[in-house]
Amino acid sequence: MKARVLPLAQAHPRLTRLGVIAVAFLLWEIAGHTVLDRDFISPPSGILRAFPDVLGDRAIVWALTVSFFELVASFAVALVAGVAIGLPVGLHKFTLRSALPLILLAYSIPQVTILPLFILYFGIGPAAKIAFGVTHGIFPIILNVVAGVQSVEDAHLRAARSMGASRWQMFYRVVLPHVTPSLFAGMRLGMSGCLLGVLLAELYVSSGGVGQYTKLFAETFNPAALLALVFILAAMAIALNEIVRGAEKRASFWRSDAR
Amino acid sequence: MEGVVSRWRVAAIQAGAIVALFAAWDYIGEHKIVSPVLLPSLRNVALRLSRIVETGAIWPHFWTTLLELLAGFALAALAGLMTGYCIGRSRLGVIVFEPLLAGLFAVPLIVFLPLFILYFGIGSSSKIAFGATYAFFPIALNTLSGVRNVEQRYVSVARSMGADRAQMFWRVLLPAALPVIVTGLRVGCIICFLSIIGSEMIASLMGLGNRIATLGEGMHTAEMFAYILFVALISLALNFGLSALERRFSRVPEAA
Repeated sequence: MKARVLPLAQAHPRLTRLGVIAVAFLLWEIAGHTVLDRDFISPPSGILRAFPDVLGDRAIVWALTVSFFELVASFAVALVAGVAIGLPVGLHKFTLRSALPLILLAYSIPQVTILPLFILYFGIGPAAKIAFGVTHGIFPIILNVVAGVQSVEDAHLRAARSMGASRWQMFYRVVLPHVTPSLFAGMRLGMSGCLLGVLLAELYVSSGGVGQYTKLFAETFNPAALLALVFILAAMAIALNEIVRGAEKRASFWRSDAR
Repeated sequence: MEGVVSRWRVAAIQAGAIVALFAAWDYIGEHKIVSPVLLPSLRNVALRLSRIVETGAIWPHFWTTLLELLAGFALAALAGLMTGYCIGRSRLGVIVFEPLLAGLFAVPLIVFLPLFILYFGIGSSSKIAFGATYAFFPIALNTLSGVRNVEQRYVSVARSMGADRAQMFWRVLLPAALPVIVTGLRVGCIICFLSIIGSEMIASLMGLGNRIATLGEGMHTAEMFAYILFVALISLALNFGLSALERRFSRVPEAA
């Protein structure tokens, strides 16, 4: 039996993976009807049934929209600022060696601890969440841009210079294409950072936005709605990650090692 | 010679930048250019820090957080190492489960925090469970890739020389995979610490994160800064200590 199943599973890894997920959900469903307490966890079918309720509530949809825009705004700021800081730091040896350790030092300070400061400075509205998302997303972008600038081969720069490229041309035609793949890698990490920051701030403030509802559902023992909301957030996160990942694949097509 | 000089210059600039930052912070705070509620002066913060350490007000919270970290990390390490090893040993396991683990890790697990609070309450156990869950993923993923990427030659050589299972594990697989595994443990430990502090800030009874959130809500900014400074120092120490440990373990054995 086993000897026949294994090669089959090996030939279709995707199918096997889906199978594993399906089995996990099935076990969850069975457990949900037998051993688990309905006040604390709902079987998948219950979550599915809660989706229309959650998505039908206009206040929740509004909260999700707000969270989504906070996320997009914080990612945009992190991206622009990260590139604006990363490029000059990476382009010169001197700035690299003096500024990079400072950036790494700032990065190693746990940002969660300064969350109350953001509330203090920016209030409990979207501004605090955007700003906090930026602090999470900006560092991977800076570091990857710096690494990308570092990866520019001297031979390419010399060749461009000897062929009479201007500074702008060297930047635009040589440095930038080299930076692009690692920039996208940084964007992917930055996107998960922004997500983490925005959601953390949402949960912390919980006076509006999605955090309010996750708290409400948890405190009123409505696990089906809570899980539905969590799944929507997770789906949003996965979708955004995949978008950046797709863009990353496109942008690094010219590199043989990036596939 | 030139390298030495420029290294000094770089160090001087770095030290200067940090000193200038702290001086500016202190100046702004002392002269109340910004309201002290928003930005207390450095001196005031240092004073508060020494006071909470002297009076011992900080230690119960420190111990709470430390115990949560130890418990959460131990759980994550145990589960992560076992899962990573079991999956990494079989090719099918890697193909099927690695994308699942990596995909789950890409979801910001913070969205599940309300569930942890629902299941484990607002005490320490929800922090331990949450920290352990977050730290599980890097540990499992690194163990998996460490075990999977063991040079196949070593395995066949050991097998052909008649190594039994235990010998294979202790003499070949573990030493070869250790550097990657230790990196996973380091990342896991830091993530565990951060997620514990974060979850303490959102809902808790005790702990450093709880203090920071409570003081922030009460606008006791100076004391909050003192706690933030303390947590930052811990995390810097954790970073340096674990990185040193990692460097020690990642030294490639002579025979390789």
